[in-house]
Amino acid sequence: MPCDVRLQREINQPLGSLTISHRPRSRTDLFLSFTWLGLQGFGGVLAVVQREIVDRKQWMTLSEFAEEWALAQTLPGPNVVNLSVMFGGKHFGPTGALAAMSGLLLLPGLLMLSIVFAFQAFAYLPIVASALHGMGVAAAGMVMAAGWRFWPALKQHPLGWPLALLLMVVGFGLAAVVHWSLAKVIGVVGLVSCGLTWWRLQTKDDA
Amino acid sequence: MTWSLWLELHLHFCMLSLLAVGGALAIVPEMHRYLVSDLQLLSETAFSQSVTLSQIAPGPNILLVAVMGWNMGLQAAGGFEAGGVAMATGLLTALSLLIAAVLPSSLLSYFMVKWLQLHQHALGVRAFKTGMLPLVMGLMLSAGWLLQTASNPQMDWRLLLICAASMLIVLFTRVHLLWLMLGGALAGAALGL
Repeated sequence: MPCDVRLQREINQPLGSLTISHRPRSRTDLFLSFTWLGLQGFGGVLAVVQREIVDRKQWMTLSEFAEEWALAQTLPGPNVVNLSVMFGGKHFGPTGALAAMSGLLLLPGLLMLSIVFAFQAFAYLPIVASALHGMGVAAAGMVMAAGWRFWPALKQHPLGWPLALLLMVVGFGLAAVVHWSLAKVIGVVGLVSCGLTWWRLQTKDDA
Repeated sequence: MTWSLWLELHLHFCMLSLLAVGGALAIVPEMHRYLVSDLQLLSETAFSQSVTLSQIAPGPNILLVAVMGWNMGLQAAGGFEAGGVAMATGLLTALSLLIAAVLPSSLLSYFMVKWLQLHQHALGVRAFKTGMLPLVMGLMLSAGWLLQTASNPQMDWRLLLICAASMLIVLFTRVHLLWLMLGGALAGAALGL
């Protein structure tokens, strides 16, 4: 579209939708971009996704990104993979979804397996075993921190933080101490928690 | 590994894909229960190595399923000593298990996104999302705790200290995670833990 027409249209639009001006060119573009994304993501991929897709490539505005990320988190499954499927699918249908997802998983997966392979080839050395123990507990601390990051959201929970915290502790105990299966934990704690939240949100909406 | 066990394993991961509310880390406790305690396809060491090494490599957390698949395939075919066949089995199992873990949830995302966009403010959807939050937190904390126990079965206080320090540093500073892993590795190697 000619530049001035586009500019005219953008001027007539409300402010929020102004900045979206780019989109992935092809499935290859999607594949390569998500490969690059996957290769940068250490620990949390969220920050990288936002920087690449919103700031650098401008494939989404910040508010679009926030909405898509919320959707990706609502559905089960790995959040970034869900996001790549939604994003790829939106632009190029099923094959676009496949291109974005395989970009995210293929090369990073091969890189990860090579790192594992290299470590395992030397795991018989006591010093490598000791280093792995040290890294293991450091990684454990990182995972716990990732869980604790939700604390501000938990404090605002519609059930009130004491009850939400209790549900969290029960979930922790059943999974980590009693070793219940995940299906059972979700079936019991998840059902109770969602049921109570439903009831509380409903009374709030009515009020 | 028999064919029926192989099939059962993949079907279980297809189910986990749909139960992974809150992402890949939330199914770590279940993978530990199922693969280490129940089926004994992975040792505690192999389990902790899989999760640990998946944290030092870049990429989405779900790739740790591929690492577990690699370890299980390798073990089932006789380990490193068995050579190329075992490594090929490991690689294939890594791929097939990863596909089992992402395919159902991806299909769900693909077909549900429009519906969800329309109904994201509906009471049921909001109740599900906020209602699951306490459980997601509990599951992620237990994932961390199980990983700690797997790397530190003797409960050595120095390793517990490294774990606590790493958690606090992540929460209160912006240090890159790779530095933390390096610090953990150096501390572990230097103290001979």
